[in-house]
Amino acid sequence: MSFVFSEENLAKIEALKLRYPSPAALSLPCLWMAQYQDGHISLEAIEVIGELIGTPPMEIYRVATFYTMFHLEPIGKYHFQLCKTLSCALCGKAEVLEHLIQRLGIRPGESSDDGKFALSQVECLGSCGTAPVMQMNDLYYENLTPEKIDAILESLEGEHR
Amino acid sequence: MRECRIVSQKFDIYQSHKLDIAKEHGAYSSLKDAFALSPHEIVEIIKLSGLRGKGGGGAPAGAKWALMPQDGAQTSYLAVNCDESEPGTFKDRQIISKDPHLLLEGIIITCYAIRSHSAYIYIRGEYSQFAKILQEAIDEAYGAGILGADVMGLGYGVDVTIHRGAGAYICGEKSAMLESLEGKRGHPRLKPKRPEPEWYFGNPTLVNNVETITTVPYIIKHGANGYRAYGTEQSPGTLLFAISGHINKPGVYEAEFGTPMMEYINRYGGGIRGGKKLKAVIPGGASTAVLTAAEAECAILDYEHMRTIGSALGTGGMIVMDEDTDMVEALKNLLEFYHHESCGQCTPCREGTGWSDTLLGRVLDGKGSNEDIDKILELAKTMDGQTICVFAPAVAIVIRAFIGKFRDEFEARVNR
Ligand SMILES: Cc1cc2nc3c(=O)[nH]c(=O)nc-3n(C[C@H](O)[C@H](O)[C@H](O)COP(=O)(O)O)c2cc1C
Ligand code: SF4
Ligand code: FES
Repeated sequence: MSFVFSEENLAKIEALKLRYPSPAALSLPCLWMAQYQDGHISLEAIEVIGELIGTPPMEIYRVATFYTMFHLEPIGKYHFQLCKTLSCALCGKAEVLEHLIQRLGIRPGESSDDGKFALSQVECLGSCGTAPVMQMNDLYYENLTPEKIDAILESLEGEHR
Repeated sequence: MRECRIVSQKFDIYQSHKLDIAKEHGAYSSLKDAFALSPHEIVEIIKLSGLRGKGGGGAPAGAKWALMPQDGAQTSYLAVNCDESEPGTFKDRQIISKDPHLLLEGIIITCYAIRSHSAYIYIRGEYSQFAKILQEAIDEAYGAGILGADVMGLGYGVDVTIHRGAGAYICGEKSAMLESLEGKRGHPRLKPKRPEPEWYFGNPTLVNNVETITTVPYIIKHGANGYRAYGTEQSPGTLLFAISGHINKPGVYEAEFGTPMMEYINRYGGGIRGGKKLKAVIPGGASTAVLTAAEAECAILDYEHMRTIGSALGTGGMIVMDEDTDMVEALKNLLEFYHHESCGQCTPCREGTGWSDTLLGRVLDGKGSNEDIDKILELAKTMDGQTICVFAPAVAIVIRAFIGKFRDEFEARVNR
């Protein structure tokens, strides 16, 4: 399996190169683009990025593994990331987690067999004033309750039909 | 308690992130005044205003700006810190989504003052939906000739680029942020012995928090004394304090330094949830020493007062805990955070955060002993003062405050 950046992403990368003193700075932007393209970051993508920005692939790999938001393995399409840090814990995170486990049928750290869902607990999302909070893919869901989780799941089913 | 709207002036205006609406309410109107001054004069005004860094450290901003080379011979950079990962802190997010143009206005002035033509805004990866709003504001500003080769025809160019992080608390530490911005792992650098600028690919660089930069247009418009009209002599001006936890109206509310903590909690925060009694407050983000209710009663929200009571103002993000809070579980929660977020470069930090978390886990499971509690305190000692960055010393502060002030709760867990 080989990896190629889309034309659009290649154009973005070329434009970004003009904004930085060295193309080496582009490892994070490139890793993001690769992950949005494929859903995860493959070793092939790491090779391609290394080539594009003149950094050894091993270094790109080291970088990719340092940041928790990069996935080197495929992961469920809808990634529920519930904040577990103090303000959320004080404001009812446990109940929401229980409900998520029950509704999704998976535990934190797992993906569902059909590849549809993944569940994680993450550290403070910087949204403590609307605790409990989770991030699902790129969006925040705030002031969570079990009912809200049900509504979110329902809207996802709607998307699938 | 006076209402103050320096940074939050447009927060309640519908769609104020849009350029035309922001402009109706005065966006970019300080630029003409700023460019009528010399860069040096702006740095002097910032110094006189007493503006202090709003990312947690409270370092005088003007002195930092003055470290930047004044001759413009070398390329220099501005790196704006929007990593916002300190638990209890959620203010910069309000700025980039509610008034991004005020931030951009501040960036233009700051770039001019330090003779830089490019700024990066480092935004934590999780904030993608807020980064999108900011990106739209940047695009609009470019379209209107406010950013780019010639800012509003004033003869000075400024480029602004958003750089997204990807999930690492430590990237909020300024040198780790610059490493990350260079495309590397977010490992903090060794601190220089004498004050000097930060370095980005070997070029002098200024790092400031989003809110610090967003305060600049007000100071240019109203003068150093206009800013000093708020706050105290040593902590002038205002801060976007934030409040969360067991509170009726959690949120971000701007207040002047010198405001009594309880007044803030009761007036803005609407008091403790469910009419319960207060047990403790973490005053300025997770990494500041927890206060007992009695300490909170007398606490005053400025840098000096918070220091005299053995804590710190930090980011101003208060986490409120009511009488039913289990302080052992609260500390365990924070130790898990630090354990997860240590960058692992320094042995005392890597090992200390892991061990203290494990030991406290044992105490929580009812399998611990008094020695375990003392062992955690000893680990705190090893984390204090022998590491590359102040992450580990902060963990030591957190441990000491929790166990020191609520020891009976910890002991109750081992004697059961
Ligand atoms: C562990 C650690 C985490 C930090 N996180 C942040 C952060 O998320 N945002 C921020 O602005 N400053 C953070 N800081 C402070 C920065 O190192 C730096 O002092 C600040 O961005 C400078 O800007 P200011 O002077 O305008 O506050 C952190 C510091 C440490 C030691
Ligand atoms: S103190 Fe901890 S976070 Fe800071 S550099 Fe050392 S290991 Fe990394
Ligand atoms: S503690 Fe959950 S968002 Fe900050």
